[in-house]
Amino acid sequence: MPKISERLAVHVDSVRKTFVLHHTHSLKESFVALLRRKRLTSTFNALESISIEIHEGESVALLGLNGSGKSTLLKLISGVLRPDSGEIGVRGRVAGLIEVGAGLHPDLSGRENVYLNAAILGMTREETEARFDEIVEFAGIAPFIDQEVKHYSSGMFLRLAFAVAIHTELDVLLVDEILAVGDEPFQKKCLARIAELQQAGKTLVVVSHDLGMVQRVCERGIVLRKGEVVFDGPSAEAVEFMRAS
Amino acid sequence: MTSEGRRAGDPGLVKPGRSRGLLDVPRYRYLLSLLVRKEVSIRYRGSVLGWIWSFAKPAAMFVVYYLALGVFLRLNDAIEGYPIYLFSGFVLMNLFTESFGNATRSLVDNAALIKKIYMPRELFPVSSTIVALVNFLPQVVVLFVAALILGWHPTWEALGAFLLATVIAMVFATGLGMFFGSINVSFRDSQNFVELIIMVSTWASPVLYQLALVREAAPEWLFVLYQLNPLTPAVELMHLAFWEPTLDQPLPEPGAIGMFSLIAFLISFAVLFLGQLVFRRLEGRFAQDL
Repeated sequence: MPKISERLAVHVDSVRKTFVLHHTHSLKESFVALLRRKRLTSTFNALESISIEIHEGESVALLGLNGSGKSTLLKLISGVLRPDSGEIGVRGRVAGLIEVGAGLHPDLSGRENVYLNAAILGMTREETEARFDEIVEFAGIAPFIDQEVKHYSSGMFLRLAFAVAIHTELDVLLVDEILAVGDEPFQKKCLARIAELQQAGKTLVVVSHDLGMVQRVCERGIVLRKGEVVFDGPSAEAVEFMRAS
Repeated sequence: MTSEGRRAGDPGLVKPGRSRGLLDVPRYRYLLSLLVRKEVSIRYRGSVLGWIWSFAKPAAMFVVYYLALGVFLRLNDAIEGYPIYLFSGFVLMNLFTESFGNATRSLVDNAALIKKIYMPRELFPVSSTIVALVNFLPQVVVLFVAALILGWHPTWEALGAFLLATVIAMVFATGLGMFFGSINVSFRDSQNFVELIIMVSTWASPVLYQLALVREAAPEWLFVLYQLNPLTPAVELMHLAFWEPTLDQPLPEPGAIGMFSLIAFLISFAVLFLGQLVFRRLEGRFAQDL
């Protein structure tokens, strides 16, 4: 097991996130709603005053049912969303791995997509060039690398996206629904790669519904329910907690 | 507060998702260059004629204006060298309208990325302005060639006027695009309003007719207002660069173009600053409102 540092990699300090649901989508609708004294918005608390400390080198799984606030928390850590109150601090470069494939463009070739997607995730040109062959090899799409991505099968598409994401080698990796991708051999490769990253002292925050996998990959599990932390401890116990509830 | 103390004791922790806005764009130039390249390379992908289309559209517009105004309305007789007069202002207006329109839509168009991955969101309007600049270049080449054929000689003054006009148009378009683009995230009315502005803008500056006509027809205050539109001096700078040198006799009076160009330069940067301010205020809601 990798050594866990004393230093914090991610610090979530009493963070609350409220979503405002707009019921109108144009100025006209807003105006009409105002005249009729209808409510323009309603609010929904996705996270209620959450505090979490994650140390460098830790692998943490966020568990919970749909709508419990896991993805919102990842988005807050990556900076896509901002907390309404409380503070978040991160150390080093955070790879926004949220939902694999967001940065792929169907009209670009595989090669162009590797560079673009890696840059979107925060890599420099030199870093991408150094890992390019490894990424293509990992995705297993070498013969098709100069074809447009829209001609890829859905499996190839996801493998490419995942290969780029998992080779970013930034300090903190945020992973949403990690191994919903690929066949058995590919999943094995992914797990091996994740173990490498853990050995290298990277910090991982993983969201997944695959409890068995989570238990193998992460040593710590945090269970969220309706935007609150209801369990924080060893992943095996977190998984039991999830199964019991 | 304990949390403040801890942060002070641990300066390595930074808040995610904060940027210095446009000032951070140079630091992200590699990603910016890839975003621009993506836009440019997918634009005509899958079309047989490809890049020719970037000539075809402005050429068709030019022919329409030239026939309707130059020939039918006889501006050809009224304005010496009307084709080059029209074309030089016209390409600049293309640059402005394309970058303004694209920048306004850039956030909505890139919703998938903005919702999932953090990067300074200013990159999107800035990259659409640069894409517009890339499409502007072939038109400039045509303009150069046409002007050379008509007896134009490049001078430093001409190139300076051309560059100043380009900077004014781009900065003004980026500022407006950031302003309307960030509002567009919550209210799609914004992009329709921008289409309206774009439609009017060609007529609200002396692209198709001469500035002197406005001076004759409009009251003094309106004429001043007309010239305070940064695009008016920008278009006049294009005329100064490409059209005036091809005339047989120089224009009687240069007018106040120097002063209004300076004002246009300042206004366009003020608009960019305002656009950035509004953008920053609304940025926190982009990911959830898109």
